[in-house]
Amino acid sequence: MRTLLLWCPDWPVTAAEIVDGASSAHAVAVLHDNRVLACSEAARREGVRWGLRRREAQSRCPQLIVVEHDPGRDARAFEPVVAAVEEVAAGVEVIRAGACALAARGPSRYYGGEERAAERIVEHVAQSCAVESQIGIADSVFAAGIAARAGLIVAPGGTAAFLAGEPIEALGRPELTDLLWRLGLKTLGEFAALPPGDVLTRFGLEGALAHRLARGEDHRPLAVRQPPPDLAVTETYDEPLARVDTAAFAGRILAEQLHDRLTAYGLACTRLGIEAVTEDGQELHRVWRHDGLLGAAAIAERVRWQLDGWLTGARRGTAVRPTAGLVRLSLIPDGILAHVGLQPGLWGDAGAERDRAHRAFSRVQGLLGPESVVTPVLDGGRSADDQVRLVPWGDERSPRRPAAPRAAPVPGVESVPILGQETDFAHLREQSARPELSNRQTTRRSGRPPMRQPPWPGRLPAPSPSVVFPEPRPAVVYDETGLPVGVSARLEVTGVPTSLAVDRAAPVPITGWAGPWPLDERWWAPEESRRRVRFQMTLADGRALLLSLSAGRWSVEALYD
Amino acid sequence: MAGHMISGTSALAGLVRTATGSAEAGAHRMLPVVAELGELLPGRGLRRGHTVAIAGSPRGVGDMPRGVGDMPRGVGGTRAAGAGCAAGGMSLMLALLVEASRAGSWCAVVGVPGLGVLAAAESGIVLERLALVPEPGPDWPTVVAALIDGVDVVVAAVPGEVPASIASRLAARARQRGSVLVPFGDWAGADVTLQVSRGKWEGLGDGRGRLRRREVTVVARGRGAAARPKESTMWMPGLVTKSDIGVISRNNDQQGASAEPTQAGVTPTGLTLVEPRRESA
Repeated sequence: MRTLLLWCPDWPVTAAEIVDGASSAHAVAVLHDNRVLACSEAARREGVRWGLRRREAQSRCPQLIVVEHDPGRDARAFEPVVAAVEEVAAGVEVIRAGACALAARGPSRYYGGEERAAERIVEHVAQSCAVESQIGIADSVFAAGIAARAGLIVAPGGTAAFLAGEPIEALGRPELTDLLWRLGLKTLGEFAALPPGDVLTRFGLEGALAHRLARGEDHRPLAVRQPPPDLAVTETYDEPLARVDTAAFAGRILAEQLHDRLTAYGLACTRLGIEAVTEDGQELHRVWRHDGLLGAAAIAERVRWQLDGWLTGARRGTAVRPTAGLVRLSLIPDGILAHVGLQPGLWGDAGAERDRAHRAFSRVQGLLGPESVVTPVLDGGRSADDQVRLVPWGDERSPRRPAAPRAAPVPGVESVPILGQETDFAHLREQSARPELSNRQTTRRSGRPPMRQPPWPGRLPAPSPSVVFPEPRPAVVYDETGLPVGVSARLEVTGVPTSLAVDRAAPVPITGWAGPWPLDERWWAPEESRRRVRFQMTLADGRALLLSLSAGRWSVEALYD
Repeated sequence: MAGHMISGTSALAGLVRTATGSAEAGAHRMLPVVAELGELLPGRGLRRGHTVAIAGSPRGVGDMPRGVGDMPRGVGGTRAAGAGCAAGGMSLMLALLVEASRAGSWCAVVGVPGLGVLAAAESGIVLERLALVPEPGPDWPTVVAALIDGVDVVVAAVPGEVPASIASRLAARARQRGSVLVPFGDWAGADVTLQVSRGKWEGLGDGRGRLRRREVTVVARGRGAAARPKESTMWMPGLVTKSDIGVISRNNDQQGASAEPTQAGVTPTGLTLVEPRRESA
């Protein structure tokens, strides 16, 4: 296929200039693994070449500016170039950062000739991005790439002859070309002259592909880039929407538009951004998440909830309140997937009940904000705040740090907790220990906890406290002489805990205590480190508390309510 | 034609039942609870549409150091003085949810920022089906009403004084939607009120041991079928009825079997136990 290839010389250097501001008028070299990957024209004049070591390049050109190679930077900087090419020609495939290809037939007919099309594209890229580029046109992508280095247009049908004179290294497969060189094949023409069947038997699939390239043929058609469609829908209203019912009606129309647009592309969204602008220019934005795909009714429902939340929230005096009616509404789909239908769960949390509950939670999120409805996820850790993470409803429920389940509180009497633990860690085991399926069943049968999960030594055994204070309460523990109890560096308690005063209230006698249990966490990270000892205490009034002593201060962490 | 009609009515006869037959249909409108608490509740379960309140124990108000006693705050952000925080109230609440949650019901807890999630998980509540609204703000009745619409069990830690109008409105909504409302704190007009009257921890000595379990006495008061106060003593975290070893072993058998199906149905024996789930949605 006739292919036009746009090539930007020394792209890593140009990208470094665009992103980092290293002017390519000076001697600049981009290094990867201590070897020169690309250098500017000025550096080349000083004798810097591809593949030189940093020290050698600097000895040839002492004023050399050295930039580290960053593929992300190259790709980022190349995006505007591709966009500029797309403005004048359709169907662009990015081959790598610094080179993109397109079918030559369309632009050459539109601009009246291949040469004029090439001129037009190079000019447009230079004007809109200030990037120098060269174009090569040939019958295959590979040949066009070689032609672009010289800025040539290879005549139709002349590609094989054009490639015949090129050295074998142009294939860019060092192992193969090394072998071919030793076999005496020094040019692509000599390689192309071999019978294809013999090449395949001797050099395998990779050799056969290289042979096709050398003959001036493509091994696949261009994979053309699709510009991302603009899916957001926006509507402006002359009459500001101040009442919920009118706003909900407007939202419903907009929701249907959005759904139509998505289905026209065969897409569906899993997140929905709702944006509103009020009469006096205030902007409101909120993103809704959904487990399944959002249909027209579901989109309309969420828009209505959100508008209800915004407009009636104003009356109730919540934090986000529009100061005037809404004049513009936008729906921005996010998390877009190809709509191939959704397979609901076969058992477990599926069906009408789950939908009903999800709707209720979404409704509350609309009233109070997405952070207001949370669901707990168990994590690994040693204290209650580490072991539980609250994620907003609808977010991913994945633990950051796994942990092994704990032993039953009373040995010999197995009580309800066993199920709860097993349930919660079942999915973890799926992740971490999938290969040992048979092993898993044997461990379960023998009743031992599954292996390979961090045990988090130092965490307290079950039962856990049922009330955990978000802010620990300050407290003081006194011994029998009325002095505050402390713990020495050797973990010796200075006195027998006799009474406890919480928040400067009257002391309550202590009937039982255990500890100190030391905990020295994350001492390697100064800002996260915590060093404390913990105690369990029961009081004369029947309560049981979890206390901690850190830097001489007692506090009540949790209550065994 | 006539024969057609007869066959039509005879087909209907199987479908239409008398009102007296609906007593057993009520079993479908029942969420399971652990056996020990079931003894205290009319119908041995959480009847859909009922309001089952959990009150603070009378000792919880005065004796405890103020700061701790105040901690689980009421819904409105105002501090419910000792209302929801009586010794054992939180454990009792968790124990009430366990069986329903394991049987597939969705639960929501409103207005309890200090809920010990780890304790909830240990008691057997399925966290995937548990949602928390720690700070519902001043408009808590709207939030609770919205949750009643979609969730099977809604626990609402209410501020000290709840106007009777709001209480009856929420109770009526729960009755209409077939959800169980569990107010946590003072609540007028609940069908059953559960209360921890005594609690004693075991396992902690003088500088040794650790907290292991607690002997708890729960009292149920109510109206109608539950008018006579009932009392039951049980071990609280883990819920094994005290003094009855036979029950313990029976429980173990049940748990050993029922522990399987939730583990992604790995073992074929577990699949039979999905059956006891509620049939009617």
